[in-house]
This record gives sequence, C-alpha cells and structure tokens, in this order.
Amino acid sequence: MSSNTLDLDTLIRRDYAAGFVTDMDADTVPPGLSEDVIRLISAKKNEPQFLLEWRLKAYRHWLSMETPQWAQVHYPPIDYQAISYYSAPKRKGDGPSSLDEVDPKLIETYNKLGIPLQEQEMLAGVAVDAVFDSVSVATTFKDKLAKMGIIFCSFSEAVREHPDLVEQYLGSVVPPGDNFYAALNSAVFTDGSFVYIPRGVRCPMELSTYFRINASNTGQFERTLIIADEASHVSYLEGCTAPMRDENQLHAAVVELVALKDAQIKYSTVQNWYPGDEEGRGGIYNFVTKRGACRGDNAKISWTQVETGSAITWKYPSVLLEGDNSVGEFYSVALTNNRQQADTGTKMIHIGKNTSSTIISKGISAGRGQNAYRGLVKVLKGAENARNYTQCDSLLMGDRCGAHTFPYIEVRNRSAQVEHEATTSKIGDDQLFYCRQRGLSEEDAVSMIVNGFCKQVFNVLPMEFAVEAQKLLDISLEGAVG
Amino acid sequence: MLSIKNLHAQVDGKQILNGIELEVKPGEVHAIMGPNGSGKSTLANVLAGRDNYTVTDGELIYEGKNLRELAPEERAREGVFLAFQYPVEIPGVSNIYLLKAALNAQRKHRGEQELDAIDFIALVKEKMKLVEMKEELLYRSVNEGFSGGEKKRNEILQMMVLEPKLAILDETDSGLDIDALKVVAQGVNSLRSKEHAVILVTHYQRLLDYIVPDYVHVLAQGKIVKSGGRELALDLEKRGYGWIDQPDNAKSATVGAGS
Ligand SMILES: Nc1ncnc2c1ncn2[C@@H]1O[C@H](COP(=O)(O)OP(=O)(O)O)[C@@H](O)[C@H]1O
Ligand SMILES: [Mg+2]
Repeated sequence: MSSNTLDLDTLIRRDYAAGFVTDMDADTVPPGLSEDVIRLISAKKNEPQFLLEWRLKAYRHWLSMETPQWAQVHYPPIDYQAISYYSAPKRKGDGPSSLDEVDPKLIETYNKLGIPLQEQEMLAGVAVDAVFDSVSVATTFKDKLAKMGIIFCSFSEAVREHPDLVEQYLGSVVPPGDNFYAALNSAVFTDGSFVYIPRGVRCPMELSTYFRINASNTGQFERTLIIADEASHVSYLEGCTAPMRDENQLHAAVVELVALKDAQIKYSTVQNWYPGDEEGRGGIYNFVTKRGACRGDNAKISWTQVETGSAITWKYPSVLLEGDNSVGEFYSVALTNNRQQADTGTKMIHIGKNTSSTIISKGISAGRGQNAYRGLVKVLKGAENARNYTQCDSLLMGDRCGAHTFPYIEVRNRSAQVEHEATTSKIGDDQLFYCRQRGLSEEDAVSMIVNGFCKQVFNVLPMEFAVEAQKLLDISLEGAVG
Repeated sequence: MLSIKNLHAQVDGKQILNGIELEVKPGEVHAIMGPNGSGKSTLANVLAGRDNYTVTDGELIYEGKNLRELAPEERAREGVFLAFQYPVEIPGVSNIYLLKAALNAQRKHRGEQELDAIDFIALVKEKMKLVEMKEELLYRSVNEGFSGGEKKRNEILQMMVLEPKLAILDETDSGLDIDALKVVAQGVNSLRSKEHAVILVTHYQRLLDYIVPDYVHVLAQGKIVKSGGRELALDLEKRGYGWIDQPDNAKSATVGAGS
C-alpha cells in the first residue's frame, strides 16, 4: 500500500532520450564577447553593413543593461565571457545547396531525434528547417513552397537573398534594446528561420524549425522572423533538444511574428531542452523573447507552447493587438520536475478597437519544481471594447514543489471586459486511487490525470505535436509521484 | 473467496478496525451495516488497498492470495471492485476513456485481447440500458458536474462493464431516490451468480428490500458485533443501532460470520 508509493520516488526516470552528443568537426569561435567577436560572426556570414551596425548598436546597448531580477527564478550569475558565441559544423565549400550535400552525421542526428530530413521520409505536410548549434543545416520542401511565393529558409539565407524584407521587419516587434537577453541576441544571433507568406496565400503545410544544441560551452542565439502578408495563413512548429551535460548552457532566442491585415499565424512550440538531472546539475537556461504583432485589422496570432524541458524557462510569448478586431491567443502547458524552474506567461497588449485575447495557462509542478505564471493584460486608452479571458490552472504533485501566479491587469478604457480565473489543485491521492482501483497502473493514472488537466491546450496543438507533447509529459513526469 | 481474520487497521495512524472476522464465498451477498463512524468505509478501503489505510494485524486472503501484498491496481485486476461512497471528479479525462483503459488493463492482465473501440462501445451501450444513464455522460469528464445519482449510476455502470469477482459497494444507496435505488439493485442482481460475490456496505436497510443479502453483519467500533440473516436488517431498522452499540454487548455478540 503506502510502500508502493514510496517506491515510486526512486523509480527509474526514463533517460532524457535526446541527450546524446554528435561528434562533429566544428568551426567554433573561442569564448568571449566583444565588438571584434561580433564583427567576426558578421564577417563569417557575409552580412551586409546594415546588419553589422544593427548588431553593434544592440551590443553597446546591452553593455548598459542589467540582468532582469524580477522573475521567480534563481541561478548563479552567467559569465558571458566564458561562452562561445559561434559554433558551426565544418563543411566543405559554401555549405550544402541541397540535402544530398548535408553531412550524413547530421542527417543521422536528426533521424535519431525523429526528425528525418530526407523529404520522401518526412511526414507529408511538414517542412523543416534544422538548426544545429549556430547554423541552419538543412531546410526541406523549399522549392515546393517557393512555387507559391512562400519563403522558408535559414535566417542567414534570408539576409543574403531577401535583405530588404529582413531590414524592414527585423527588430520591428522586438526592438534590439527590448530587454537584456533580447539585446544580447540581437548582438550575436547566428541563425534561425525566416518565413514570408505572400498576400492571400494559405501555407499548404506546417512549417517547422528543429533546434539542436550540440557543442559544449556554446550559447544558442537564434532568431526567427515570420511575416504573414495580408490575408495569408501559416502554422509554424518549433521543437528543441540538447545533449545532457553537467554545465548549464544558455539559449537566448528571439522570435518575431508580424501578421498584417486579415492574416493568421499559429505558432506552436514543444520545448524539450535538457532539463538537468535530479539534483539540478546542468540543463539549459531558456531565456527567450517571443512576440507577435497583429499589424492590421482582423489579424490573429496564436501561441501554443508545451514547455517540459530546460533547467530554467523564462519566456512570455506576447501579442500586440494593433489592428482593430485583432485576436491574440496564448495556450500554455509548463511542467517543472526535479529542480526545474519556469517563469512563463504572456503579455496581451490591446491597442486597436474590438480586440480580444484568450490566455489558457496550465502549470504542473512536481519534485522540487517551481512554476510561475506571469501575465500582463494591458488595455490602452483607445482600445474600445477590448475583451480578455484568462484561465490559469496549477497542478501540484507532492509537497516540495511550488506554483505561483502573477497576473497583472492594466485597463485604461472603461469598455474593457477582463476576466480572470485561477485554480490550484493537488493531483489528488483520491483521483490516483480511483484510477488504480479500476486497474490502471500508478504511472498510467498519473499520465491520464495530467493529460486531462492539459486537455484544453493539447486540443489546439497540431496533430503530430499533440501526440509528441503527451509522450513528453509522460516521460518528464516519470517517478514524480510520491 | 475472501477470508478476513482478526483484521486490525489504522487510518492515518488512528486505530479504526479492531479484529474483523469475515468469510465470503462465491455467490454470496453480504450486507455490512452499522452506525456512522463504525468503520464500514475503512473496511472497504482496506480491502481495496488505499494508501494511508494500514493493516496492523490479521489476515486478508482473497482467492488464495495475500491481499496485503498486492497494490490497488493488482487487486482490481484480480477482480476486486470498489464502488466509492464519494466518486472523485477527474477533469479533462472522459468517462468512457477511463472505463476503456480500465477494462483493457484488466483484460490484459487476464491474458485476454484488448477490446477495440467498436466492441467496447457496443458492450458499454448494452450495460447502459440497465443503469438508465444518459449516454452524454460517457463523453463528459469523469464525474465532473454529475449529480449525486449520476455518480452512483456511473459506479454501477463501471461495475457492470468490469464484471468483478468481488464487488464492494460503499453506501452506493445513500442519497438515492427510489428509481435510482432500483437501478443499483438491478445492477447488483445482474452480477449475482455462482462466481460473483458482493459486499454491500449500507447504513439503511432500504436497499436490502431490492437486493436480498445472504448475510447481514453489524459493525460497531471497528468490530463485527452481530451477524445474522436478512431479518437482522429489519430488526436494526426497528430498533436502531443503539442496542448493539455498547462495548460490553459488542464483546459478547462477536461471532464468526458466514463461515
Ligand atoms: N483520514 C482519517 N484520519 C483519521 N480518522 C479517520 C480518517 N478517516 C476516517 N476516520 C475515522 O475513522 C472512523 C471510521 O470511519 P469510516 O470508516 O468512514 O466509518 P463509516 O464508513 O462506517 O461511517 C471514524 O471515526 C472516522 O472519523
Ligand atoms: Mg462510510
């Protein structure tokens, strides 16, 4: 009876399956950060002058900034001079122009992760940009998409091939000096994905980026920019993994979304960076700035995230509701087990008239995990008839973990309707017993209850991701009862 | 089928059961009655293996197996079913999903093939007719927003789908109107056969008008203080529990029941 439960505490935690290292010859810049390093990165990538200057400006700004202290997370100060800001698998010549030229070791790495890069083997309907450490190593289905005028490529390629679009939109949603980590990213970002959907086009497949950190002592600073022109639609997926290492690694990404009039962007993340071990050794510091702007009437941006990995997660995917009738959504599941910490939520800034936003946040804390929801709903003066609905649920497993909720509401217009609901519950011994009494194993019972708790979010994930997310939760929670 | 000897048990460190003796054979229906707080639910939970219900002494043998060594799910898969006095809500988990997972876990344990969705639905629909439950409830979250009566009907539905060898019903009758009571009775009576045994925990004798028990036991202060046939329940109804609820009386009235 009680002994069964106690045993669970020591039950095997299934290994972090993505924790392997690929032995690659890499071109890595020595650790340290200075204007020279930034010039070197920019030169390696043959960047136009405007971008180098943009980076340097961000860097100088960053030097004047301090690390944010307001989040409910704790970690020792990061030595930014000990990080290498550029690591790329060595390649012959100018880099692969087709998949046949991609290093087989890389293809194998992605195969192991369940992300086949050979187009014929891929899930039909998903195009992938694979980012390995600092660079994009392959982008699939590019040609097919290009025929519709869709640009889907690595950020570096976009800088070379579409500098005007990059110059027009880069930093237009997340300015280089927005916050400490965004400024750092703006100075040193190395690669990422770029998407442009032309006017009136519905992207026929899911676009996705798969981020992989491999090298040690490197940070990953990628930048994603998605532009949905008027009346276009796109659904974008993002996945991430990293090897198991004892030291912490920094991942400071910036994602900018621009939805013009009548356009819709759905951005889904399944974040499974290495979370560290049970004692809290190692793991990724995931300090990410994600923001979208509904820059025209009737535009819609929807963020869905399932955050199971990382030692520390610090991210607030947000929407600027500029256009009239624009819609912002944020659906989130954040899980912290062992010593993981998450401080995550969203900002919905209502600027246009009749704008509406929905926030559904599900936090799960197990082990000694600490999970904070932090959200801002801001209704500006001119935002007549703004609507927000926020639901914020926390689930606790065991009594050594914590859940915290910090909802901030600022309303400057009397016609606004803002609703907030919050619940905190413990995964009930009585719920577990009920399921077990019907014949389910304790693990299956936990999985069923937790998945039930997350259902509202899983329901809005694209199919392939929903299955993946469910599996991830199960793996991340193994041994969490007791 | 079930043999309980000298059962002593604690709940969260508090001594509740003080030497229960009970023998249940296949095919029998035993009613366990007793005043509030006498330990009826404790006995039911101990049989099902709930956490924090610790057996401190005595024997629990079920089908030749020592129940004390089995986890709750193992007991369930061996055919022990508890209809809960207070069925819990599980948000986001559909009722039918839980039931299918439960049935298939049990079938797997017995080496039978798992039922696919089509066969499963057919089975559930057939059973549902007997419990007169709204089909819509199958697709709602487990017990969420169910009325008291709906929760109890749902417990009975689960019992009928799982067809346990030993069903323990903990006050499934309390708070039910007469129609619902009949449904519960129908469910139990449909399970009644040579192979199945039932332990009916109840506070009132009302249910026993519809399910005629083979034995009635009276529990007081964690002990069976009186055992008898159907007429004992009627006696209790007339005279209340006062006359047996005395420690002295209890000592002299202890009998090995049903053996
Ligand atoms: N978790 C618990 N901790 C301490 N005492 C409990 C707990 N649960 C039940 N009890 C006590 O155990 C006794 C028996 O309870 P119970 O088995 O529920 O009785 P019944 O079902 O016959 O009404 C009661 O005195 C009750 O207060
Ligand atoms: Mg009771």
